[in-house]
Amino acid sequence: MAKILEIENLQTQFFTSAGTVRAVDGITYTVNRGETVAIVGESGCGKSVSALSILRLIPDPPGRVVGGSIRFMGMDILALSDAEIRKVRGRRIAMVFQEPMTSLNPVLTIGRQLTETLEHHLGMAREAANARAAELLGMVGISDPERRLTQYPHHLSGGMRQRVMIAMALSCEPELIIADEPTTALDVTIQAQILELMRDLTKRLGVALIIITHNLGVVARYADRVNVMYAGKIIEQGSALQIYHQPSHPYTLGLLKSVPRLDQPRKEKLDPIQGQPPDLTRLGAGCAFRPRCRYAVERCANEIPALEPVSEGHTSACWQKDSLDQPLRDAS
Amino acid sequence: MSMAGAAQDTGPGAASKVRKGEVLLQVKGLKMYFPVTEGIIFRKTVAQVKAVDGISFDIRKGETLGLVGESGCGKTTTGRCILQLERPTEGEIVFAGQNLVDLDARALRPLRRKIQVIFQDPYSSLNPRMKTGDIVAEPMYVHGLEPDATKREQRVKELFSVCGLSPNLTDRYPHEMSGGQRQRVGIARALSLNPEFIVCDEAVSALDVSIQAQVINLLEDLREEFGLTYLFIAHDLSVVRHLCHRVAVMYLGKIVELAECDELYDNPLHPYTRALLAAVPVPDPEIEAKREHQTVKGEVPSPINPPSGCVFHPRCPLAVDSCRSEIPDLRELKPGHWVACTEV
Repeated sequence: MAKILEIENLQTQFFTSAGTVRAVDGITYTVNRGETVAIVGESGCGKSVSALSILRLIPDPPGRVVGGSIRFMGMDILALSDAEIRKVRGRRIAMVFQEPMTSLNPVLTIGRQLTETLEHHLGMAREAANARAAELLGMVGISDPERRLTQYPHHLSGGMRQRVMIAMALSCEPELIIADEPTTALDVTIQAQILELMRDLTKRLGVALIIITHNLGVVARYADRVNVMYAGKIIEQGSALQIYHQPSHPYTLGLLKSVPRLDQPRKEKLDPIQGQPPDLTRLGAGCAFRPRCRYAVERCANEIPALEPVSEGHTSACWQKDSLDQPLRDAS
Repeated sequence: MSMAGAAQDTGPGAASKVRKGEVLLQVKGLKMYFPVTEGIIFRKTVAQVKAVDGISFDIRKGETLGLVGESGCGKTTTGRCILQLERPTEGEIVFAGQNLVDLDARALRPLRRKIQVIFQDPYSSLNPRMKTGDIVAEPMYVHGLEPDATKREQRVKELFSVCGLSPNLTDRYPHEMSGGQRQRVGIARALSLNPEFIVCDEAVSALDVSIQAQVINLLEDLREEFGLTYLFIAHDLSVVRHLCHRVAVMYLGKIVELAECDELYDNPLHPYTRALLAAVPVPDPEIEAKREHQTVKGEVPSPINPPSGCVFHPRCPLAVDSCRSEIPDLRELKPGHWVACTEV
């Protein structure tokens, strides 16, 4: 399959008074055409920063991409001028943000916010842009689109606003959409509607999708491939099946064990990961997960493990990856 | 964590212990309407938000009742009415034999000690200018529970270690702690008055997965150790299933289904409960690939102008003509399994 995005050894750091925060610390992954790739991790693991880096949206100062490369359709994103990157943003790579409440402009109508990108990027006339905007709203399942175009964001519910965000993302027919926690602020029934919609549209239009989330269920339902992040690094990479059925990093294993599941009998006690995520300004030598890890050995304190293959297309950054107790489920 | 291993763990703990205890809290026909006003000088009420519209349930001693539903369904308002942070429009809240609604502020005070709350947001529910130790000590001071300062300090340290916090963190300010630690401070504060009943309002929703599991285990341990009774308000159905004995599902101010936990999850009857359960993704791609994904259409209507008849009828796959006009009562279809739907 054709690779449309290749990220190699990306490093994004924030220079603060408390010290240098290595928010993204050397991550490498690719996205193929039409594929859905998930980035999973907990707050502060660098998943959002890694996505913002792709669009060069990191506020500078305090943040800066200090190393690595991002190649999108052969273009070196980090080398583009400001004018050139603006032609990529929204046009070829679009973004759906978490907060549908704050990511729409409250003083512009829905219609204006949709037509703005169409006029700017595609050079459409006002009339044509309006017609296209109405069509887009219809596509994302908003009833009575003509009337909605004249309304303001506060007229719409959270789910509706997220649909508008998706319509905006789709408006210029981008090759890649980055969705940063697209459903975290929504109720479960609305979350299901929005995710189904995103899946339908990306499959139908052949758009690749990077979905950033902390919800393991969402990943299982929608992702083709999964990157698990911890403390700025990708610690496990593989297909959704591999990650869920043969988790090969103690952190992934711990995450899967610590969520109560509706499809399994009720358990007496959950099995949480002990301790707290580390402070990114004070990472020691060795594996960042070591203080919370049940499988840690002496080597983990001194040497940082690299991503190494477990099986075809499945890698894990753990010295003990071959001695974790497996599998999560019986063959039954 | 094999299937077989999980099966052995089933049942006891959560499911079997409680049942025939005395009723600790009884909610009867609770209604909470908020007025919508217009005008500045001549303020008049133009509409009412029916946040809670006639709900009844009881909670036995040592039991955990889950209250689930989507945002705006009235679950938090129900909790606030029980805590007497809102004075309900109508209905009774009977706690340990006394109707809280009839009591004035002075008579309520000794009872407030017994009903405590853990809030959702560990960031905004702690005073940023107080040390966490003082936050936990303050309720004891206010209620005159431990008048001696040294003893109070001792008790705070005890509470910290009960909640899994190191006792030398009492000098820290909330901003110096992580979200999980702050939530533990909130729990320690609730415990400081030796309550009998705790309202957990989305107590674990704001936490990361790995921390969430730690706090859920803590809540369970405390329940066993101090014989607490919880009203567990949440929107995460898998967490509710793990922690609760009975579950009530709310939609637009009404309870639509109420049953024992296992019964509700194994055998959901109300179309809304079914839709909620179907919408929760399971963390296993193989199962997800096989599952049917039926999503309910539409969105939750406004509680200012709720639909006539059954409030769920505009989104309901089973709706018939009579649903538009008749409000379904909660019926007991099986012992202990109540459903407000005429079509099941």
